[in-house]
Amino acid sequence: MRNIWIVTKRELGAYFGTPLAYVFAVIFVALTGAFAFFIGNFFERGQADLQPFFNYHPWLYLLLVPAIAMRLWAEERKAGTIELLMTLPISTWEAIIGKFLAAWIFIGIALALTFPMWITVNVLGNPDNGVILASYFGSFLMAGAFLAIGSCVSALTKNQVIAFIVAATICFLLVMSGLELVLGFFRGWAPAFIVDAIASMSFLNHFELISRGVITLPSLFFYFSIIAFFLFANVVIVEQRKAA
Amino acid sequence: MAVLVEADRLRKSFGPILAVEDISLRVEKGEVLGFLGPNGAGKSTTMKMLTGFLEPDAGRARICGISVADRPKEAKSKLGYLPEGAPAYGDMTARSFLNFIAEVRGFDGASKHAHVDAALARTGLEGVASQRIETLSKGYKRRVGLAQAILHDPEVLIMDEPTDGLDPNQKHHVRGLITEMAKDKAIIVSTHILEEVEAVCTRAIVIDRGRIVADGTAEALQRRMPYHNAVAVRIAAAEVERVAGALAALAGVAKVERAEVVNGHIRLRALPKPGAAIAADVGALLRDQSIIVEELVVERGKLDDVFREITTSSEGARHA
Repeated sequence: MRNIWIVTKRELGAYFGTPLAYVFAVIFVALTGAFAFFIGNFFERGQADLQPFFNYHPWLYLLLVPAIAMRLWAEERKAGTIELLMTLPISTWEAIIGKFLAAWIFIGIALALTFPMWITVNVLGNPDNGVILASYFGSFLMAGAFLAIGSCVSALTKNQVIAFIVAATICFLLVMSGLELVLGFFRGWAPAFIVDAIASMSFLNHFELISRGVITLPSLFFYFSIIAFFLFANVVIVEQRKAA
Repeated sequence: MAVLVEADRLRKSFGPILAVEDISLRVEKGEVLGFLGPNGAGKSTTMKMLTGFLEPDAGRARICGISVADRPKEAKSKLGYLPEGAPAYGDMTARSFLNFIAEVRGFDGASKHAHVDAALARTGLEGVASQRIETLSKGYKRRVGLAQAILHDPEVLIMDEPTDGLDPNQKHHVRGLITEMAKDKAIIVSTHILEEVEAVCTRAIVIDRGRIVADGTAEALQRRMPYHNAVAVRIAAAEVERVAGALAALAGVAKVERAEVVNGHIRLRALPKPGAAIAADVGALLRDQSIIVEELVVERGKLDDVFREITTSSEGARHA
């Protein structure tokens, strides 16, 4: 635990020691706001909730989370610091969880900085704050799942651009798997349970449930198992490819 | 003496390339072992296996008797390692980087700061401690790597080309540091600079194509050279036949070589028979025959030559 926290602390320091943290936070807050007001018709809907705000989170994460995740391991490998890190008395999984947590906490901070949205909607009406809290929680979990995928992909390459594109693509497919666009393709010929299985892999469906205030075990299980699986794969990949 | 580093028949290949074929070695406390070899000989790969960064395909490595494969954390905690190129997190300051290393090494609070300050002082980094590492010169970056490796005063210190790319003053400083720390540690230094072996190492191992091709003190390696203890004299060109004949007649001399005539002078080199010391005999001979000598040198045999001879002859043997 101690080692995990040491790695997390160093990583967080690295985020805030460079412009990365500030650029990311500003863009994240600006974009979530812009989407909610201009595309989500926050005012025109005349409802006191944050639905139009949260609806665009999956799509924003699609772009922004791989951008955070791409450097996690690709940069270590490129700079050769992975050799330093892996010869310190830290185990691989401690390093991976430490780095993952740092990025997740960082995204959490960016997410928390959108609190003016919450204030706004409370000033304008009487929203269900429980639902909003659940939505924040769901959004944070979804970001963690994207991040675990990005971290795992980042360990596969020294090239951050490749890490970004591959991670974004995988995340895109997982988001899309709940849309009629993808499901319709299978519905014509595949048995219903396969269509259901594909739909159940969808980030979007689980997120929609949570953002309506319904936190169900399957949804929690879904996000946590995605995180656990990709972090485990991450350990295997780092062990295998650290010197390549 | 305590054996602190042990490698037992290490082997490692990367796909079709056999990087390390079969390397066994032992380093005792107080020893500074020089790892010599041409580029790509397997020096770095061997070090990476000793430090637990790479898992060997076969064989095992032990640090202070602890198996690197079975108890990696414990073994790594006994070890200071400077990887090739001294990688460090460039966006951190030297001090915050060392703070991170100290925390990982298990130091807290006051003892953390004491260790970081001591490492900064030892490597002469106090002046740049609050600069970001990426803004430092190559020499300082290397020192940050060194500071990181010695911070916890490890029993075993493994350094991959610690002086590569440094200027002569910096090299001198690093070598001084190694010598200073040598007596209560086991140190392994890889290099392809042979003067370094003469300067700091108590023993040297020459690696070529993933195998150890020579093992001994710098002195013992030099003794392998035909020119070791050869005597070179510079005389007037007119006297060359007489002197060459007299030298060749000496009991300990195996052969006399002559170089070109330069400015009316010529250089003769008398090569001793194995084990013979001929300097005194040559001196006496020249005096007896009243030959005017411009210059007289007892040659040591350059390590460079030894290195070339060992690594190219093993290549020949392999092809044969």
